[in-house]
Amino acid sequence: MNSPNSFRTMPDERGHFGDYGGRFVAETLMPLILDLEKEYRAAQADPAFKAQFDDLLEHYVGRPSPLYFAERLTEALGGAQVWFKRDELNHTGAHKINNCIGQILLAMRMGKTRIIAETGAGQHGVATATVCARFGLPCVIYMGATDVARQAPNVFRMKLLGAEVVPVTSGAATLKDAMNEGLRDWVANVHDTFYIIGTAAGPHPYPELVRDFQSVIGKEARAQMLSRTGRLPDLLVAAIGGGSNALGLFHPFLDDPDVAMLGVEAAGYGLDGDQHAASLLGGFPGVLHGNKTYLLQDEDGQITEGHSISAGLDYPGIGPEHAWLKDMGRVEYTAVTDDEALDAFQLLCRTEGIIPALEPSHAIAAVAKRAKEMRDDQIILANLCGRGDKDIFTVAEKLGVEM
Amino acid sequence: MTRLSSAFSKPHPALVCFLTAGDGDTAANLDALVAGGADVIELGMPFTDPMADGPAIQAANLRSLGAGTTTADVLGIATAFRQRHPDVPLVLMGYANPMVRRGAEWFAAAAKDAGVDGVICVDIPPEEDDALGPALRDAGIAPIRLATPTTDDKRLPAVVEGSQGFLYYVAVAGITGMQQAAIESIEANVSRIKRATDIPVAVGFGVRTPEQAAEIAQVADGVVVGSALVELVAEHGADAPAKLRELTAALATAIRAAR
Ligand SMILES: Cc1ncc(COP(=O)(O)O)c(C=O)c1O
Repeated sequence: MNSPNSFRTMPDERGHFGDYGGRFVAETLMPLILDLEKEYRAAQADPAFKAQFDDLLEHYVGRPSPLYFAERLTEALGGAQVWFKRDELNHTGAHKINNCIGQILLAMRMGKTRIIAETGAGQHGVATATVCARFGLPCVIYMGATDVARQAPNVFRMKLLGAEVVPVTSGAATLKDAMNEGLRDWVANVHDTFYIIGTAAGPHPYPELVRDFQSVIGKEARAQMLSRTGRLPDLLVAAIGGGSNALGLFHPFLDDPDVAMLGVEAAGYGLDGDQHAASLLGGFPGVLHGNKTYLLQDEDGQITEGHSISAGLDYPGIGPEHAWLKDMGRVEYTAVTDDEALDAFQLLCRTEGIIPALEPSHAIAAVAKRAKEMRDDQIILANLCGRGDKDIFTVAEKLGVEM
Repeated sequence: MTRLSSAFSKPHPALVCFLTAGDGDTAANLDALVAGGADVIELGMPFTDPMADGPAIQAANLRSLGAGTTTADVLGIATAFRQRHPDVPLVLMGYANPMVRRGAEWFAAAAKDAGVDGVICVDIPPEEDDALGPALRDAGIAPIRLATPTTDDKRLPAVVEGSQGFLYYVAVAGITGMQQAAIESIEANVSRIKRATDIPVAVGFGVRTPEQAAEIAQVADGVVVGSALVELVAEHGADAPAKLRELTAALATAIRAAR
């Protein structure tokens, strides 16, 4: 495959990232998706939109998030310097809010008066409920019944924020089923409803606009790194569920040829069985939820249920831009097991006094492996995309601790 | 004349009946639809994630997959149906992923071999026609597109272009099994679509009773019934054929009397 002049010009005008992406939706949604694209183009060209987005990110979300040199972790690992982009310090505790701010501003531009969203771990649900409270819009969050049970604190948070949380019992009752139910709601309520998708997946233009809203992470990090160290990092690392925090970090660096990138999928109990959520490493291209991308599926194209200790990574698909970046070889992808993530979670708690979410714990586990193979004048920058408050019950159970 | 065009050239509008493949004794159930007077059979390909379907058809998909139905089984059901009913048009309906899993050409050839006349793919709009449409047309299978209340006049030509067999007008903006739309809206939309194309227009989503079918038959070339039949399969199991035949016959009678 020929290397393009730039890795930052995707998608094409049909919403395709090479073979991936597109608009695989029911006809009922097509006109709406075309409208959304038109409105997004108008917003991109409107300085007032950008000004409002930036203002909310600064004063409501708390950006820019710090760039932090993890000195004791670096020492403990013995190798490359480890730096973190501290998006876990954002309002609501994860990167998800960056995207929600952008999308709710778009929803209001389009005159929509009702918001729906899907959520797995509950982080995107909380972020959506938060922006809906902030702008006074009613909000319905679809969440798999299994996830409702394992993420109780976030369910209560959403309710406190005024959202209606609908447990989804169809299928395996996890994130993909919540997304199906979100799409079903949307087709029945297209006239007044905006669907805030929580990751860089779904039909065009969602993968593009979610990436753009999340790119604030990489833009800030690039400038911060240059001003602090006078150079760019050697390696970027981020965890991948649908891929939004990873793309947010990677995208502004894609045309820096000396910056390597590593996306970390969830290997669950291991890639050799089927109890993992690694769509790129263990899946095949297919069509689901509006886009063509790598999916966990069987030989008949039935979607299979993944597993990860992290509810936020437990999705059988991945954003189409990652599928393209993988095929192009621009980004390397690896996977980390539940146990490795759990070890990394504890390592960060003890070396840095930071309790990470289980999602970035996967990134930290990959950082731990790579750092040791690199020189001490090299720099790894990892996205600390969420804090671990929501996960303490899961971790306690895994460690056999009664709370 | 193709089997589909013959079905739409009868003196009465066509009754199009939907069942999910592999949910119950599909062969016996399909025979009951034909015996009751179905003019076109729509055979649903089960999928784990039926995004456009309401509870009844979602459950049918899960029952079928739970019973172990594979793509080979669905094609086997179609092949056997074609042997028993050489003249009744058979349309596969489903979602993109099971259709493109082994490649669009593979699927089109396999469907052709099984005697399938048309394919309705819910999540391939005209914008993504490349993913399946050319392979179907090359194999001589009709790609049947969906038009909806949100399909405005600007989009309609793109939807109609490359569509064959019949156009499926989805009467409600929503999922299967919801309430029927107002007949005035159906009538206005069908005549709008008929101004844009010569192919027959069948109307579905929300049609459950002979009365509703008769009303639609006055304004459209075909009436599609799905959830109401699928519910009979769920409710009556091995006794479903008699019930299916009864409802189909009542729908067929109502449609024939409508014009
Ligand atoms: C903290 C955190 N990180 C990562 C993810 C995974 O999503 P993405 O890959 O889109 O960043 C989630 C999803 O819920 C999350 O809550």
